[in-house]
Amino acid sequence: MLLIHCPYCDETLPELEFTYAGEAHIDRPENPSEQSDAEWESFLFLRENVKGPHFERWRHFHGCGRYFNAVRNTITDKFYITYKAGEARPDLSALLEDEK
Amino acid sequence: MSIAISSLTPSTIAETSAAKVVSLPMQGRLSLRARDGLDKLGAALGLSLPQKIGQCARADGIEAVCLGPDEWTLLLPLDQVATVTEALAALMPELPHALTDISGREVTFRIEGTRAAELLTIGCARDLSGVAPGEARRTLFDVATVVLWHDGENAFRMDVWNSFAPFIAQTLEVGCKELAAEAA
Ligand SMILES: [Zn+2]
Repeated sequence: MLLIHCPYCDETLPELEFTYAGEAHIDRPENPSEQSDAEWESFLFLRENVKGPHFERWRHFHGCGRYFNAVRNTITDKFYITYKAGEARPDLSALLEDEK
Repeated sequence: MSIAISSLTPSTIAETSAAKVVSLPMQGRLSLRARDGLDKLGAALGLSLPQKIGQCARADGIEAVCLGPDEWTLLLPLDQVATVTEALAALMPELPHALTDISGREVTFRIEGTRAAELLTIGCARDLSGVAPGEARRTLFDVATVVLWHDGENAFRMDVWNSFAPFIAQTLEVGCKELAAEAA
């Protein structure tokens, strides 16, 4: 079983308490009505589908209830980092450097 | 077959050499959501609202647990619910918060005995050694979200939503009997 660190609870807990919530850092447009159909399609449906380190959202569903962000390797399932929603996207190259 | 449970009729679910599981009488339960003014809210409750998730505070018959960054559950005697509700309502509208009476939503099981912690492992993937006595956590037990209170060595309480309670009670009963049979 994966162990995931919740940045709100500050505890590392079994994945059973968490739910996956898709790609992270997708901002809702400030003015939706000004979006073209193509832009709206991109916002709603188009995702990176990364093979490797992926910025994604998780929710501590059976715990504090909070959504947060994570960088997880989609091949190995390793979590490099988790951080609170709203915080800036961490520097990926620095994270991967730490792994070496 | 699942066990029929009414939170109004406390009963012993199981009692073996491993552990004893009891459903407790109905009690008051309030859900509090707030971001600011925690000191004033706490003062109205007569306690200091804990701000670290999992920490508890107790005073005057009220038990408060911090379940999320802006969420607390208060357990209290039924006849104190109205008083507390009024005390917090008096802080509106200067201090926006949400207080919801959830007394009818849940039932509490008391789980105690020499192998109480081991019994919980049949449904809880969490390492319970990380929950110190006096603390509580919301977690997953089998299929149900529960709040687990660690009251003392070999003593826990589990708040379960009513609709899950019969199944959880049966699961605990089977676990209690199996642990005892194993030991025999
Ligand atoms: Zn959490």
